[in-house]
Amino acid sequence: MMRGTLAALMAATLLAGGTTAAARMIHVGPGDNAHERLQTALIEARPGDTVHIAAGRYALADGLSLDVDNVTIKGDGPDRTILDFTAQKGEGEGLLITSDNVVVRDIGVENPAGNGIKSKGSDGIALVGIRVEWTGGPKSTNGAYGLYPVSSKNVLIDRTLVKGASDAGIYVGQSQNIIVRNSRAEMNVAGIEIENSYDADVIGNTATNNAGGILVFDLPDLPQQGGRNVRVTGNQVIANNHPNFAAPGNIVAGVPSGTGIMVMANEQVLVSGNHVMGNNGNGVMIVAYTQAFADKAYNPLPRGVTVAGNHFMDNGKAPAFPGGKEIAAAVGGTLPPVMWDGITRYAVPGSGVERAASGGVRSDAAGISLNLGVQGTPSSAAKPAALPLLTIPIAPRAAIVLPAELEARAK
Amino acid sequence: MKRVLAALLLIGAAPAPMAPVRVNADLLLTTDAPRLADYGLFDAAETPAPGVRPYTLGTPLFSDHAEKYRFVWMPPGRRAEYRAKGALEFPVGTVLIKRFGFPADLRRPMDDVAMVETRLLIHRPAGWVALSYVEDKGGAVLKRAGKRIPIRVTGYDGQPLAIDYAVPNQNQCKQCHMTGDAITPIGPTAGNLNHGLFGEGPSQLAVWQAGGRLAGLPADNWPRLARWDDPAEPLEARARTYLAVNCGHCHDRAGFASNSGLYLNPEETTPAHLGIMKRPVAAGRGSGGQMFSILPGQPDASILVHRMESNEPGIMMPQFGRSMVHKEGAALIRQWIAAMPPAQAGGG
Repeated sequence: MMRGTLAALMAATLLAGGTTAAARMIHVGPGDNAHERLQTALIEARPGDTVHIAAGRYALADGLSLDVDNVTIKGDGPDRTILDFTAQKGEGEGLLITSDNVVVRDIGVENPAGNGIKSKGSDGIALVGIRVEWTGGPKSTNGAYGLYPVSSKNVLIDRTLVKGASDAGIYVGQSQNIIVRNSRAEMNVAGIEIENSYDADVIGNTATNNAGGILVFDLPDLPQQGGRNVRVTGNQVIANNHPNFAAPGNIVAGVPSGTGIMVMANEQVLVSGNHVMGNNGNGVMIVAYTQAFADKAYNPLPRGVTVAGNHFMDNGKAPAFPGGKEIAAAVGGTLPPVMWDGITRYAVPGSGVERAASGGVRSDAAGISLNLGVQGTPSSAAKPAALPLLTIPIAPRAAIVLPAELEARAK
Repeated sequence: MKRVLAALLLIGAAPAPMAPVRVNADLLLTTDAPRLADYGLFDAAETPAPGVRPYTLGTPLFSDHAEKYRFVWMPPGRRAEYRAKGALEFPVGTVLIKRFGFPADLRRPMDDVAMVETRLLIHRPAGWVALSYVEDKGGAVLKRAGKRIPIRVTGYDGQPLAIDYAVPNQNQCKQCHMTGDAITPIGPTAGNLNHGLFGEGPSQLAVWQAGGRLAGLPADNWPRLARWDDPAEPLEARARTYLAVNCGHCHDRAGFASNSGLYLNPEETTPAHLGIMKRPVAAGRGSGGQMFSILPGQPDASILVHRMESNEPGIMMPQFGRSMVHKEGAALIRQWIAAMPPAQAGGG
């Protein structure tokens, strides 16, 4: 028995990247002083350790944070180990990770005042088997993001559930090498959002009853921009018709209720093999950045967006974006699955130079272009026309691969 | 627990009342001591050990109206190196000490001050380490996980005031003090030290240089941060300094809030990065329904003001380090934004 345990420990240590000290299991249970005991465990953990948070409800008045590399935080299940932030008094997150090669798994996070779980600057972050939920239902006073890796690299989000976020349920921002899979987002403003990020697979998720299901965005004035190489594939994007309850001012407040998949700016986006059903606005909406901007380095156009091999059904019955109803009426009452704003040019701020997109938008499903032309043209100036129906062989695009060690710990 | 700290402000001049303690330099370099007293930085009467010298900043961070007493100790014979930007470069072995206390009545900040905690930044060979020691019955003890301490004082309005004071945990220390991946000091920059000690007399930069504690000081053109609360100084300088000191350690390209694209460090000049006509990115409900971080001329429509005037987690900025709104600070930023000429959408 002893020998078996030791062997397992050593194997775990080797898997954890060859840490020299024996990996420890630090147990924390519910009860008095839970915040201090949890936070102390997260501070005193050493690389290779697992912090086990036993089943129970932990009422926490302050956020938690981890800044030690190569630590696993593990609960007993998303409905059994519950970090309850209903009475949170301080900090912007429920749990903040600032270290590398961290796995957080099998816990529930309820009612965080700001974001649920955030990683900043992590290389290797896996959020697995997690539930983040605002239990009072969708409200503009709920926190912004449920799961929020930002400025991170090698990001895995797997088997998670996020409900009620006032911005995006699952949001990956300014990151690189990303997989979001097998997760469910519902009753958020945006279900899943990939923003200003490179090399992402959004695969096998369900986004339903959000205002917008899955978003791929790129915004100006940020340290990482020029979002590219994002694949949205094999997802269920169903009835994302929830009223948009985001606080005005936020970029997602402009996402029309009824949007299935939305691509804004970005380069090389593949939307394929998804079931997109019952979204009252657009099944797939592809647009340029809509606002004025001053960032000379920013490209507001979607480039190289391919929509192919999806299953569309029952979308476009009641578009909520400005002019949508009129456009739908003009094309027979129902919008086709794919809509592109048809913006192909933009003025580089302060230079007088105009640039055009390369690559454009291709679809093998029925679609329309609004033919707006230059960035900044309002949709009221639309001159809708059918997009050419193309036969698009889906070019094999290499799947995103994460470090094997991270995947093994996330199993 | 309450101690009169007025004596503290006279240190250096006042003779030590008992056998002086000695700074335990080796312990500082090697060990996170369980008790503050182990380091020998202060004697039992709170008199600093020889070589532990006070310094003050022109504009301090707001910390729920706590009185803060700052000291620095450097190994004998060592000097800090001048840096025009960021904190001075302190030698290995340095300890920066910040003691926090609350006077019984905020209107009499020198009297009847109860100490709450003492924060240390120790420069070890592998880098800076941040530790906090919380006052306890037998003296201040190391507290890594933070602590909430209820404080009751008389406020500026003469009414009882309850403050839900939070001692930061070790990770929070780093969140504010990180540049890239490394912990660095924030306060003692050349610009913020370029004031007299306690606001009087010659610049501390000159005093440190004359005392052999500062090397590399240029002959002239020393940077100087304004005093945020001195109405004789230009509004722009006061506001930018206030934001730099209270926000600029995170809102910096190498800081914790780098991903926001909002940069409030003193050197920033791009209007959009300063927040002018900048749309929120990940503010969520922190936007308060407003479109821009700063809408020139309109403080009520500026997210910056909304977040400074909030006490709610998820909205308030800074995210921690205060539990109260700094009304005077927010009023300064309101005044600054109100005075801005209107800008065009899309920033500058």
